[in-house]
Amino acid sequence: MPTSPDTQFLLKQLFQQEFSKIVAVISSRYGLAHVEIAEDLVSDTFLSATEHWTTDGLPPNPTAWLYAVAKQKTLAHFRRENIYAKKVAPALTASAELATSSPEIDFSPQYIRDSQLKLFFAICTPLIAGEAQIALALRVLCGFGIDEIAMAFLTNKETINKRLVRAKAKLRTEGVRMELPPEPEIADRLNRVLHIIYLLFNEGYYSRTQDEVIRRELCLEAMRLALFLTESELTNRPETQALLALMCFHASRFDARQTADGGIVLYGQQDRRKWDADLIAQGIQYLDRSARGNRLSSYHLEARIAQLHCLPGDGPDKWEKILQLHNQLLMLQYSPALALNRTYALYRARGAAKALPEARKLQLETNHFYWVLLAELLQHTHPQEAIIYLKRALEQARTIPEQQLIHERIDRLSKA
Amino acid sequence: MKEFVILFRQPTGSYQKPLPEAMEALEKKWADWTGGIAAQGKLASQGIRLAYDGRVLKSSGVVTDGPFAELREILGGFMVVRAADYDEAVTLAHGCPVLETGGSVEIRPIYQESPA
Repeated sequence: MPTSPDTQFLLKQLFQQEFSKIVAVISSRYGLAHVEIAEDLVSDTFLSATEHWTTDGLPPNPTAWLYAVAKQKTLAHFRRENIYAKKVAPALTASAELATSSPEIDFSPQYIRDSQLKLFFAICTPLIAGEAQIALALRVLCGFGIDEIAMAFLTNKETINKRLVRAKAKLRTEGVRMELPPEPEIADRLNRVLHIIYLLFNEGYYSRTQDEVIRRELCLEAMRLALFLTESELTNRPETQALLALMCFHASRFDARQTADGGIVLYGQQDRRKWDADLIAQGIQYLDRSARGNRLSSYHLEARIAQLHCLPGDGPDKWEKILQLHNQLLMLQYSPALALNRTYALYRARGAAKALPEARKLQLETNHFYWVLLAELLQHTHPQEAIIYLKRALEQARTIPEQQLIHERIDRLSKA
Repeated sequence: MKEFVILFRQPTGSYQKPLPEAMEALEKKWADWTGGIAAQGKLASQGIRLAYDGRVLKSSGVVTDGPFAELREILGGFMVVRAADYDEAVTLAHGCPVLETGGSVEIRPIYQESPA
């Protein structure tokens, strides 16, 4: 019997909601070294659900059904392998995990929440870096499939698999524990966690993949994770809210920044009616709440910039504020993108003549946006020079929509 | 890349707290200049800005309110930049807002012990 569309939809939804919860609970009980087994057990549980629910119809409480079956399978697995007595117990005795681990597999809301938080901090350990960490976060915290992650990174399953295997091996060999960092370290470790969420969101927002569904999923997952952090007193810090605000503002322009055929609509050409007013309102709420404490994080500054971009009007006053926020951001940290955006804001606030000498100082010759920026500043006074720069940008641009945009500019300048 | 300290010196007469509006304009000038250096990836440390008053302890044990009467210029603060050489550090120092009010900028490499 084929699975009905309703059941399929419910299963997909439940998978998204419950995958990470069940993995977290099993890992809490048996240790992070068994996270891969936990993943397999959860996948197996969902396979059973698909079979049973298709033949017997939906159980009265599908979530409770999943928890019960996951528990059964987990107990059976570890009993069969006799892993608990041989491997887990000795490791647990030596660690703090014993004190916090429940003797039962516990699916109470409190235990699920605690386990998820611990898993979150564990995955965001500074011991794993870069794309492997994001892939691991997507897999374990968000329940993404290997093929979905591969699509998000524009690579193949084997590469992602290798990254995941390496990352999990690191968790084992370094003995990363399912525990919250001690209170004095929370702020530092939370920064790392927030940074991973930020990268996850950016991966979606500026993704290399053309797959619109995956891009939105990545952004939504990042927002869900941040929202989860605001629900715990320990992690609901001003930076967390500022980051959430930032993502709300960016996400509000999702529909407006894309053409029907997947092209990019530049900010200046976006139809403001397509901006999501609800998300903007939520962003403002989180930004208000983030305005406490005495630390101005980069997320606060970026959220403020993103909020200004959500306001109607495009005059020099607005750009002057954006410029000053970029000045502050750059004093906290340098990145080529920030340097370019700062110079663009300078141009919009005070004109091309003021911005040009500052732009030339940036020396970002290997970044195609640098040439695009110089061309923008020179388009009216030196169109021929601008075209030369755009051609350099074209050689360096990597995605087709970007190349299209540059082509259009060259055409426009050539005709003028 | 070496690190250089840029020291800001103000002429004594101009060293008093500006009015709020002037203060805001001045803040902006500083932010623009510092932001411009940071945008080149050459800001190593924002350093510190010194407040408008102070005390001086002399070898005689006498404490006075500020050095201001005796000196032509007083120290207003510093920042640290990264530059390949003196020339580049001096280029970065151009545009420092103290220069607009008759002040001067001192550029000093950070002393590094030669490796053993």
